Amino acid sequence: MKSTKELQTIATQIRRDILRMTTAAKSGHPGGSLGTADWMTAMQFEIMKHDPEHFSMDGKGQDMLFVSQGHITPVIYSTMARRGYFPVSELNTFRKFGTRLQGHPSTEHGLPGIRMASGSLGQGLSVGIGAALGKKMTGDDTLVYTLHGDGEIQEGQIWEALMFAGAKHVDNLIATIDYNHQQIDGTTDQVMNLGDLKAKLEAFMWTVVVIENGNDMQQVLDGMAKAKALTGKGSPVAVILTTEMGYGVDFMQGTNKYHGAVVSADDLPKALAQLEETLGDF
Amino acid sequence: MKTYENKKSMELRAGFGMGLLEAGQRNPDVVALTADVCGSVKINDFAKAFPERFVQCGIAEANMVGIAAGMSLCGKVPFLGGFAEFVTGRVYDQIRQVVCYSNKNVKVCGSHAGISLGEDGATHQTMEDIALMKALPNMTVLVPCDYNQAKAATLAAAEHVGPVYLRLGRSKMPNFTEEGAKFEIGKAQLLNEGKDVTLFACGHLVWEALEAAKALEAEGISAEVINIHTIKPLDVEAIVASARKTRAVVTCEEHLFNGGMGDSVAQALALHCPTPMEYVAVDDKFGESGTPDEMLTNYGLRAANIVEKAHAVLRRK
Repeated sequence: MKSTKELQTIATQIRRDILRMTTAAKSGHPGGSLGTADWMTAMQFEIMKHDPEHFSMDGKGQDMLFVSQGHITPVIYSTMARRGYFPVSELNTFRKFGTRLQGHPSTEHGLPGIRMASGSLGQGLSVGIGAALGKKMTGDDTLVYTLHGDGEIQEGQIWEALMFAGAKHVDNLIATIDYNHQQIDGTTDQVMNLGDLKAKLEAFMWTVVVIENGNDMQQVLDGMAKAKALTGKGSPVAVILTTEMGYGVDFMQGTNKYHGAVVSADDLPKALAQLEETLGDF
Repeated sequence: MKTYENKKSMELRAGFGMGLLEAGQRNPDVVALTADVCGSVKINDFAKAFPERFVQCGIAEANMVGIAAGMSLCGKVPFLGGFAEFVTGRVYDQIRQVVCYSNKNVKVCGSHAGISLGEDGATHQTMEDIALMKALPNMTVLVPCDYNQAKAATLAAAEHVGPVYLRLGRSKMPNFTEEGAKFEIGKAQLLNEGKDVTLFACGHLVWEALEAAKALEAEGISAEVINIHTIKPLDVEAIVASARKTRAVVTCEEHLFNGGMGDSVAQALALHCPTPMEYVAVDDKFGESGTPDEMLTNYGLRAANIVEKAHAVLRRK
């Protein structure tokens, strides 16, 4: 078990990875990746029961994670590599021709840790439900986790899936929504007001856990532990994870500018100066 | 000339239902999902026999596709059933992303396909589904021709590892293939040998092609009839061999010209054996309400239309 401090140290390195990967590729989605770096670190290194050295597609006996907003591959790949799914040096190949580290997650290229393509938004919750049902059918008591963008839940399929999981008591499933209030065309309030998200989820018969600051490692750990404790009680569990897009780099925070745009090579040193190299750069 | 008898007109979707039940008996990992059309697509026998392996998704096809893909990860063999239009066109991107691109062992079963659906009208009569499904890498596309073959195709789909689209009709149609005959995915089925013209047919139009061959025989024209029950992977070898022999081809299908079985045959011929060819298919329009008989007749999908196209292609030979 890692201490909160150790996890924070890892998350800092992951933020460096995210910036260096996207600037090198001259493309990618650093904003949401930085915002979810703490949650993803907590999941990969502490919360989830999984064994990177023995990855199997069927995930038997291991928790599964489906990142539905597949565009945050920088944080997905960095945490996976740092956790041991594949060599950290492979992060150099992100988005380059012939890579296993495709722009959006893919199973086509055989990257350990990825079970489903994602990035066409709104589909990951359904997949998670299917895996959760599959686990129940096969007597596997491990859990299924999903992660979604808050803009992503504007997709109708999300609400089909929310309705299903609540009605059918899919209680081995924890869906986390990255509540950063930003999407490509502006704030979520500007583009499509999400209203009272907690009330909506509860109306769909989900149990809801709110993490007020998803960039505070201790709050993330406590919130996800609470969510885990609520599984197996007849309802699916949703986590509303409030984060800040671009968290960790001052000029990237509080804006949607870096949703799908990268830091220039000129500005990169300025960004990296705010993030200590804790584990060694790839 | 080999003769085929219609033992009793039956629905292809019912053949699917029986095949699914048997697949479920053979393999405990077979599961079924539907979107509030359990009875319509004949999943009810399976659901009754294996309630713990049946998932009622409600009227939410997109979610159903994702759930099926997720279940497949755990070693399940999901058959999802719905109206063909709503499990193909409505959920095209879902099938593309989490079934085909992710290469999952999901069987997409579309009942009520084609114009012979009849009275429901064009909203429900897909004639584009073959085009949509065959365009997807990793997808296998099966179009059985009668009840017996629908059952056999379902069993074959259950054994095949990978995404499958299984196209099924709603209406009672002649049942003439041998009961219990093995369905070989990717292997064209020679139903009648001939030497003057080849009729490549799929689905409900295989029977019409056999009827057309009889009529042509009476005129002294020897027609070869080949059932292309697998549109993808296509049996290019069998198609080219027959075209080389007869030098005249007619394709027959209950689908639009664009992107259907005929286009697959045309592509194979263009590449390997350019041959005069005519299509019996629907030309770039939607259907309408009517009885199944009225629809097939008024949209030119009858044996008489096949005979006419055979004459046309023979003039070009």
